[in-house]
Amino acid sequence: MSILSVKELYKNFGKLQVLQGIDLQVEDGEIVSIIGSSGSGKSTLLRCINRLETVDRGTITLDGDVMVREEGGKAVYSDAATLKAIRLKTGLVFQNFNLFPHYSVLRNITEAPVCVAGVSPEEAKERALQLLDQLGLKDRADAYPYQLSGGQAQRVSIARALALNPKILFFDEPTSALDPELTGEVLKVIRNLAKMHMTMVIVTHEMAFAGEVSDRMIFMDKGVIVENGTPQEVFASTNPRTQSFLGKFHQSAL
Amino acid sequence: MIEQALLAMQLSDLPDLALQMLEASKTTLAVFFLTLLFGLPLGLLVCAGRMSKIPVIRYPIQLFLLIMRGTPLILQLFFFYYLPYYIVGATLPRFWAAIVAFALNYAAYFAEIYRGGIESMPKGQYEAAAVLGFSRGQTFFKIILPQVIKRILPPMSNEFMTLVKDTSLAQVIGVAELFRLATSTSTRVFSTVPLVVAGVFYLVMNTIVAKGFSIAEKKLDYYR
Repeated sequence: MSILSVKELYKNFGKLQVLQGIDLQVEDGEIVSIIGSSGSGKSTLLRCINRLETVDRGTITLDGDVMVREEGGKAVYSDAATLKAIRLKTGLVFQNFNLFPHYSVLRNITEAPVCVAGVSPEEAKERALQLLDQLGLKDRADAYPYQLSGGQAQRVSIARALALNPKILFFDEPTSALDPELTGEVLKVIRNLAKMHMTMVIVTHEMAFAGEVSDRMIFMDKGVIVENGTPQEVFASTNPRTQSFLGKFHQSAL
Repeated sequence: MIEQALLAMQLSDLPDLALQMLEASKTTLAVFFLTLLFGLPLGLLVCAGRMSKIPVIRYPIQLFLLIMRGTPLILQLFFFYYLPYYIVGATLPRFWAAIVAFALNYAAYFAEIYRGGIESMPKGQYEAAAVLGFSRGQTFFKIILPQVIKRILPPMSNEFMTLVKDTSLAQVIGVAELFRLATSTSTRVFSTVPLVVAGVFYLVMNTIVAKGFSIAEKKLDYYR
């Protein structure tokens, strides 16, 4: 069974149709990257799946729990308990990290497990230190976010998401706010997560990285999925829209 | 000759005057602290109403804010002292009428300061809290409010210092606070000395307020 299933998803911002019938399945352990130009709807899709936007129509199911379904042409969200259960199974890493500046690195990671998931403070701390060690930030536990480099901040935000032991982790352009050197730090972390078979959906502009790390690549354009296949298939696509987008990428790579 | 006699008398009376003023300062401080005790939480409620998406709540609150900030506090003191008389035939005790006027007036200013702080918070903080599963209450009290407090300290210190001085307005409805004592003593002994002494009292109180805020700002300096 798919861990994530999206069917016939529609989202408008006023008259602007951002998502126009998205169908997407993600299997357990799979790594899917979503590429596309700005305004193609890829970030909105991620935000809809993480309930930062409400959808107009369509169905989203996560790990067997229905988040939203369609009834009479309208989106109907599930009850609060189901939505909370889904929350704890998913994690989202933002482009701008969005760490809590008034909390230390450690507390940024432990706060949700303790206050939301009901983990004991000792256990949460132990898990947080283990995650920080794993992400090469062992000595930064007592630092505050303003003292971190962008790469460190993004790694802390990944640790914060992982602390809830999500079944699927979403990344919304995780390296777009970073310079190339810091980008490398973060991509390395995502690669390591891939080796551990973490299920991930990554919205990115890092085409080479996406091709290398993903099992499947999705190319979105104007609110629809144009390509959905292995990186080889997508890079070799003869679809003019795909070629035009990848053409720009190949040019900028030169 | 007479003037010299008066001056001599005043100088020897100075310790006595200071004692009386210390006594009257208790009332001043009571107005100050009670206004904060009621005004600070009330301001948060008013702010919530002002930021409400429901027009039936938002519009009356906007009108309240306009009236409280748009009319003189001195007038509001008279209003809250005399109004109950025309409605129920009795007035509140002078002191408590003053507290009502001060608390409502300051709540209006506090509400707008809170709103400024809350609206300056990046959307990302709410979104990060949401995806981690924090409830709306947890998000506000754990994530948003602590950061808002840090941001609003400078405008709040303004309000606190203004409040110390504004307490002197309570005398218009007969509250026996520091300024009333200073003016009445000044008239009685034909001297401006009591007024100067009162000025020193207000300055000392505000020095403490300013110091308190600078300590608070330093304390919250551990993050940016």
